[in-house]
Amino acid sequence: MHDLLILGAGTAGTMMANHLRRRLPRAEWRMRLVDRSEKHLYQPGLLFLPFGDYQEPQIVRNTRDFVPSGVEFVHAEIGEIRPQDHTVTLANGNTLTYDVLIIATGCRTAPEETEGMLGSKWRVNIHDFYTLDGARALREKLSEFSGGRVVVHVNEMPVKCPVAPLEFTFLADTFFKKKGIRDGVTLTYVTPLSGAFTKPKASKKLGHLLGDKGIELVTDFVAEKVDQENDKLVCYDGREVPYDLLVTTPTNMGDEAIRRSGLGDDLDFIATHKNTLQSLEFPDVFVLGDATNLPASKAGSVAHFESETLADNVIRHIHGEPLKEEFDGHSNCFIESGDGKALLIDFNYEHEPHEGGFPFSFGPMKLLEESRLNHLGKLAFRHVYWNLLLKGRALPGISRTKKAPPVAAK
Amino acid sequence: MTKNIAESEIDVNEEGYLTDMTQWNEAVAEAIAAEEGVGPLGEGHWKVIRYLREQQEKGAALTIRSMGKSGVVTTKELYELFPGGPLKKSSKIAGIPKPVGCI
Repeated sequence: MHDLLILGAGTAGTMMANHLRRRLPRAEWRMRLVDRSEKHLYQPGLLFLPFGDYQEPQIVRNTRDFVPSGVEFVHAEIGEIRPQDHTVTLANGNTLTYDVLIIATGCRTAPEETEGMLGSKWRVNIHDFYTLDGARALREKLSEFSGGRVVVHVNEMPVKCPVAPLEFTFLADTFFKKKGIRDGVTLTYVTPLSGAFTKPKASKKLGHLLGDKGIELVTDFVAEKVDQENDKLVCYDGREVPYDLLVTTPTNMGDEAIRRSGLGDDLDFIATHKNTLQSLEFPDVFVLGDATNLPASKAGSVAHFESETLADNVIRHIHGEPLKEEFDGHSNCFIESGDGKALLIDFNYEHEPHEGGFPFSFGPMKLLEESRLNHLGKLAFRHVYWNLLLKGRALPGISRTKKAPPVAAK
Repeated sequence: MTKNIAESEIDVNEEGYLTDMTQWNEAVAEAIAAEEGVGPLGEGHWKVIRYLREQQEKGAALTIRSMGKSGVVTTKELYELFPGGPLKKSSKIAGIPKPVGCI
């Protein structure tokens, strides 16, 4: 009997369990899936929760409901991964052995990385929405917020779902308008990058959105600290941004088990082959989703496309065949632009988001263009996620590798 | 597109970042630095530039954090050396792509 072990039952790990259980003979391969949580969170829902648009039962389900039969779910905290021994220790004292290991331990927010971010005003006037607790606390804060300086902040790259803070800003504009208090709110977006949009095509097409909505932009801002006493963000170059409500995206890092195991970089992300998804250090170890160090977005769509390539590669690896160098960084996502509209983007390692058409099961959607249809698509995606994506089903009309952009697109 | 930098035709993108890092040399760096209002380039600048090029060749992601931790330069010094936009300006001068988000 051989052992395939998957660490992490989030989007990526759950998809891999579903893909591989269908393809590995049950008489020869035992499969186990480890996670510290028994609850599966639909993370895109965290963007909407603070505005009261989603309720928790819509975005939290039982992890076991998505674990296929024939895969043992191990509810435990990971201790240490020991690739030299082909073992993984658990915090409960057990040790699991494996022939093939898939690491899908994701990433976490690390507010402790920035001086002054945690402290007596954390979740009083300093909030985040990347965790369920954070999104809940922010929902309470926003429901009673009557006006003032709202600052939406990205601390450092890379962050999970890198456009989410900008979407949050657009949705906040709509939220305050609906509440009738937009005139009493200043909305500022603070980024360490050179702009809210950094790719030329998106910047040209979408750059007007911030000005149109009266959103101030502060760029090239790397926060040295949060000054809780005076309610302001302080940049290394001395610039200051005062706030009444700070909605921050703290530094994102890989799981602490990766650091304990000595497998990560500065941010605890694992060195991974960008096209095969094999660990660069250990041939029997594969990595996907947010846990990798790849220059692809940390997003569910990326994990989905990776899972299709990785399922093939795990089978090839087991059979001693060369791996497919197939994954191209393909990513696509809906981007909420406020006022009930959204954009759809599609890109990979090589191609920046571009204009054009997009084949999709419920109608032709336009890329890089605001529309009501895209917003509805984003809302509908929750059902796609629970019913198709987690189960490792192909999404109709969307291939794992990116189609080249149309030549006409400029 | 190409641009004449330090008397050579250099391939650049629409924002002036080199698209082929092998076309870079120290004279190119000096010329871009002058355009960006940085410099004259001293040893502090060159340490950062060399580090960036080494990391880029390795295919590593460039972050302010990794630079800070590398011991090459602190984040504060980076802002002093490349005022206004340490990562975007140092990358441009080093002849490597601009750090970007996904859109």
